[in-house]
Amino acid sequence: MKTSYDVIIIGSGPGGLAAAIAARENGAEDVLMIERDIELGGILVQCIHNGFGLELFNEDMPGPTYAQHFIEKARDSGVETLMDTMVLEITPERMIYAINKSSGYITLSARSIVLAMGCRERTRAQIMLPGSRPAGVYTAGTAQRFVNVEGYMPGKKFIILGSGDIGMIMARRLTIEGARVERVLEILPYLSGLTRNYVQCLLDYGITLQKQRTVSRIYGNDRVEAIEAVSVDEKWNPIPGTQEVIPCDTLLLSVGLIPENELSKKAGVLLDPITNGPYVDDRFMTNVPGIFAAGNVVHVYDLVDWVTEAGYVAGKGAAQFAQAEKVEPEALIPLKAGDNIRYVVPHKLDKERLAEALVRLQMRVTTPIEERVLVTVENQRGEVIARRGEPYARPGEILTMAIKPDTYQAVQDASELTVNVRQR
Amino acid sequence: MSQTYDTIIIGAGIVGSMMARYLSQYKLDILLIEKEADVGMGTSAANSAIVHAGYDALPGTNKAITNTLAAGMWPRLSQELGIPYARCGDYVVATSDADMDVLESLLERGQINGVPDMAIINGEEMRRREPLIRPDTVGALWVPSGAIGDPFAATIAAAENAVMNGVDLKRSTAFEDFLMEGDRITGVHTNQGDFHSRWVVNAAGLYADDVMHKAGVRPEFKIRPRRGEYVILDKADFQLTNPTVIFPTPTEKGKGILLASTLHGNVIVGPNANFVDSKENTAVTRAGLQEIWSGGSTLVPGINRKHIIAEFAGLRATGNAPTPNPAIDYNQDFIIEIPEEVQGLVNLGGIESPGFTAAPALALMVIDLLKEAGEVLEEKADWNPVRVPRPVFRHLSKDEQAALVASDPAYGRIVCRCETVTEGEILAEIHAPIPADTYDAIKRRTWLGTGRCQGGFDMPRMVQILSDELGIPPEAVTKKGEGSQFLYRPTKQVEEDHLSVEALI
Repeated sequence: MKTSYDVIIIGSGPGGLAAAIAARENGAEDVLMIERDIELGGILVQCIHNGFGLELFNEDMPGPTYAQHFIEKARDSGVETLMDTMVLEITPERMIYAINKSSGYITLSARSIVLAMGCRERTRAQIMLPGSRPAGVYTAGTAQRFVNVEGYMPGKKFIILGSGDIGMIMARRLTIEGARVERVLEILPYLSGLTRNYVQCLLDYGITLQKQRTVSRIYGNDRVEAIEAVSVDEKWNPIPGTQEVIPCDTLLLSVGLIPENELSKKAGVLLDPITNGPYVDDRFMTNVPGIFAAGNVVHVYDLVDWVTEAGYVAGKGAAQFAQAEKVEPEALIPLKAGDNIRYVVPHKLDKERLAEALVRLQMRVTTPIEERVLVTVENQRGEVIARRGEPYARPGEILTMAIKPDTYQAVQDASELTVNVRQR
Repeated sequence: MSQTYDTIIIGAGIVGSMMARYLSQYKLDILLIEKEADVGMGTSAANSAIVHAGYDALPGTNKAITNTLAAGMWPRLSQELGIPYARCGDYVVATSDADMDVLESLLERGQINGVPDMAIINGEEMRRREPLIRPDTVGALWVPSGAIGDPFAATIAAAENAVMNGVDLKRSTAFEDFLMEGDRITGVHTNQGDFHSRWVVNAAGLYADDVMHKAGVRPEFKIRPRRGEYVILDKADFQLTNPTVIFPTPTEKGKGILLASTLHGNVIVGPNANFVDSKENTAVTRAGLQEIWSGGSTLVPGINRKHIIAEFAGLRATGNAPTPNPAIDYNQDFIIEIPEEVQGLVNLGGIESPGFTAAPALALMVIDLLKEAGEVLEEKADWNPVRVPRPVFRHLSKDEQAALVASDPAYGRIVCRCETVTEGEILAEIHAPIPADTYDAIKRRTWLGTGRCQGGFDMPRMVQILSDELGIPPEAVTKKGEGSQFLYRPTKQVEEDHLSVEALI
């Protein structure tokens, strides 16, 4: 078994697959993808609903079909894989320690690494949900795996807390499978997932969504017997007198996703406390030279197509790093979150590289604006470098825009760039 | 069905399990019964995990006597049972002159109870030892013999060592009544049938009052469940400077909300202390979580809510028994007795804190009581006090991990990613002397599912493993026993269900 590679990718979801393909396309000879599950594709394997591929292929595919496209492409391009293998540790020197049943303890070295571990779901404890601790409280993604991969229904009568995309998609899925979804509760005054999922998964199936309402107690010692719902004010304080006990046997949580960066931290990768993902430059390299990051491990995307695109960028960067005799000097400037922007990825961009390729920005806004907005990228003097109009700006939906190579001249004297979202 | 034993122990929490372990050194036929699906699921599963040094209990009480005796037993006991234990010392922190007076009296009390090497340090020294401590700290009591333990591992290991030495353990077996001949107890009636014995030990924890009342003993004794809520912090995000236990200065309400390192590497914050109506009410509450967070973040201001990965609550079996010595005015003591009203009962009650610490000493005291009552206890020549621990993958060096996987490939599959728990460890527990046959049983033994994702990743995999190994369908796999199934039915059965409904119409 080979022990040294040009590029090793941790994870084979959409970000990892794209990074592996891009690494090969950009001249990396030995590319290895390490996957902890027994199949390639990451979370896409359990996402049997459609909605994938609209941006990249102008085609509406289910998750496994979308994944298969890239799995075949990766295999054809000679990407090696290690399946059913868990990475235990990554070092800043790019050593990788992993383990599996067939090869035992594995020690590998890589010229560059792409972190593509995706994200995990926020749990009951992290939102401090009161009540007893019975069976029947699941994160939406765990329930999705039970239903779509294992083939079992985790309950009959559901309450879903949180209007995240997986929660709404599971509301529809469970209804189709014959379960009853009593309600979807959202503590925020606005939707936290995509509007299209609200329409296609809740409205079309007659499932009620209640905003500014949450779960204030779980009942049942062995299995969930009921939950108490309550309305909340702007500061999420329960409003007395609005309690309702709703009998149910299952509570699903769709209350947010957190980039999975425990391995990154051990390798010395610094994390942005807002995204919970690494600080990255425009080619998705972290602060540790040669360690790149792609997809939901950087920040939580809402469209897989953008994860794929980010994976390509990271894979290309990793291949170039692996082949470079020395790291090229960089002209990095910071990219900052300005008016009504919670975060922007990447955190830095290289003014020189902008001559070769566009840089895609992904932003989340802080507060919703339900009318036309203007997204601008401005330099330190407030001069607009790039702009884009949007019909609205919602925290649940990522805003994306590109800084194109034709702005190359305009950014040459910029010491920093700031992104703003303002009403038109 | 009827079987005859020398001794039946009711309740396999830390007290009953230690009792069984220590009694198993004698030539006795012993039955240990537990109403839940596993050992150690009640108070033993939800407490501060502290092996108290013994300065807190009022001198002369059963609590003080057993605490001090047991504190000295734990180092050897943890070696014999192969369980984690760390004598990291603890601090009681003062922020006022009045607090300092309390520390002085704790010091004095500890010295009377026989706690070694205690000292009062000043605020500057405390801040040097733990820079994260609240800045207005004026002094602290330093207790080097304070320790932390693992109540899950201790209970399971004690019960397992008892089983290794011939004790019968029956889980999901609930005591319902005593079998009596006149005033002599001859056994117990359970939901699984009758079992006969010469002695019955009441180690029923929260239900000890109900059990003794069935024998007509101490009708005035009452256990009021007192709930303590806790949160656990992510070990990757928060650590104390050195592993230790930090208490605030106690008040008349109790020891207060503490921060403690655990042997699993996380810091625990809690508990509060509120009486609740039900002995099953282990719900966490919004107000309670706020209360402990407020207490914890006052003591160590650097903790961050974002680092919370788990919340739970446990119930203390708070009783109202006076201390046997009438000179001591204390009405919340442990009951440790062979009562005169009936024959054949060893009665324990009100075992709240420091119950986990005291459990091995309670066992020794019961052995003494039995001897005093004329029971001839003959030692077994082949008693084995040593339980060899099973491998814990995450605690091994890289070389040891490689060797373990080479010897058994099952250790090469990680089932719980946050806590790095391997399939090999899980299989070893499923096929152990006390088989772990529920999700929570695996969790308490291997620490699977306790990390930051709280089982989101491992749960479907774990259900599959339990299904395969126990030879039961996935729908029959439970979280913690009958009624707590994870799954309801296979998908794609809905059409058949609809058809049958239509057929009925």
